[in-house]
Amino acid sequence: MNKILNFIEGIGSTFRRKMARLGAGTRLFFLVLIYSGDSFKRIHLTIREIYFTGVLSLIIIVVSAFFVGMVLGLQGYYTLEKYGSSEAIGVLVALALVRELGPVVTALLFAGRAGTAITAEIGLMKATEQLSAMEVMAVSPVARIIAPRFWAGMISMPILATIFSMVGILGGYFIAVLVIGVDEGSFWSQMQANVDFSNDIVDGAIKSIVFGFACTIIALFEGFDAPPTAEGVSRATTRTVVISSLAVLGLDFILTSFMFV
Amino acid sequence: MDELITIDDLSFGYGSSSLHKNINMKFSRGKVSAIMGGSGCGKTTILKLIAGQLIPKSGKVIVDGQVVHEQDRDGLYNVRRKMGMLFQHGALFTDLSVYENVAFPMREHTNLPENIIKDLVLLKLNAVGLRGAQKKMPSELSGGMARRVALARAIALDPDIIMYDEPFAGLDPISMAVICDLIRSLNDALGATSIIVTHDVAETFSFADYIYFLADGKIAAEGTPKQLLASRLPFVRQFIHSEKDGPVPFHVEAPSYKVDLQL
Repeated sequence: MNKILNFIEGIGSTFRRKMARLGAGTRLFFLVLIYSGDSFKRIHLTIREIYFTGVLSLIIIVVSAFFVGMVLGLQGYYTLEKYGSSEAIGVLVALALVRELGPVVTALLFAGRAGTAITAEIGLMKATEQLSAMEVMAVSPVARIIAPRFWAGMISMPILATIFSMVGILGGYFIAVLVIGVDEGSFWSQMQANVDFSNDIVDGAIKSIVFGFACTIIALFEGFDAPPTAEGVSRATTRTVVISSLAVLGLDFILTSFMFV
Repeated sequence: MDELITIDDLSFGYGSSSLHKNINMKFSRGKVSAIMGGSGCGKTTILKLIAGQLIPKSGKVIVDGQVVHEQDRDGLYNVRRKMGMLFQHGALFTDLSVYENVAFPMREHTNLPENIIKDLVLLKLNAVGLRGAQKKMPSELSGGMARRVALARAIALDPDIIMYDEPFAGLDPISMAVICDLIRSLNDALGATSIIVTHDVAETFSFADYIYFLADGKIAAEGTPKQLLASRLPFVRQFIHSEKDGPVPFHVEAPSYKVDLQL
């Protein structure tokens, strides 16, 4: 009987802890909104963070996008060829990238590259009492540290996703047109005719904004909430990747079901 | 009013535990006071309570006539602007240079033009002897130098109260002597009130005006260094003369040896 009670109690306390963390994360988001004015006044802080989260993520995004595009080109070509419609390869590559792979893979890479860096940096700042020092100096760490990183993530992520889609399409072009020899005219013209701006490109952009929000706020919260020890920071960094990835995939399903079904 | 900071009947603890029980302290204007005691007795917690980073379970912390934990966020920040704090390991901002670290409070709280900020930063760095290290990053500094930069940052806005959390921990004798000298000279030059949390007896007794001893969540003794040196209280004697056994036992409380060895 005791074991059953302990089991139920365990479920309850875990659920309560998760809810408390969700609440604390939401509170952090509202604090970010309140202090955003301060971070816009000192725009150089946000620009500096855009460099760290956005510009420094460019290489991994561009290289991954090119490979993803090439794989799409290959796989797409062999499948379409069976049905005699290999000219539609341009549409396939573009739609797959713009609707799904662009925002999703960018968000996963963003969580791994920029999200972990944000969590580890803020966690270590906490462990070395830099955030406490700021508080005692009557400077809000949310205004000085969190808000600029939040806006940097929100700005960087859609731009990175757009670059991913563009480079991915070039990867598909390289394989399909230059290597395999699909007709260049039909590659581009079919893409132009079948990729819709408001349905495909705008929806993809909305996805990347939502994912950018999720990845950035999760990374910020995990860092801000990390226990100030080596173990605490390492666990928080791991959690950033795990929770961000799951959140991106879950949100992608929800958004896709609203947008394209 | 002679006291700048008053701690009135304060109790504090984490969760259901109790760290401080009904503590009373007074820190006089212009004086250097020290809070001493063994590791983990809650010395640093007192500084955090004064800075409003922690909220007492009961009692009050009054700074310059204002109860710290009753302030709203703006009020608390106004109280904190009167304070400078030196953290145990400096807590320098690792992404900013020495110069920018010292300039940080000025940039955040004033609209001073860049040339005046430069004059002030160099003045503060000169006071701690590190004007020549202004372009270095915190990672390039030794422990003693990092703490001196942090001290320059703590006094950047000429605070009324300067708090030092273990300023001597892990320093070589030369750096220790430098920091000792700086604490006294800066306190007197700025007309500030200083509070030092430490367990280094020799250094503290050489320059502090008043000392509180904390033990078991209470004030075990208080007085000027002279009074405490003459004290016959067993705890004070054990602490000052570094005796390994006494009121603070060598052994942590444990069940009998027989029980542990299952004899």
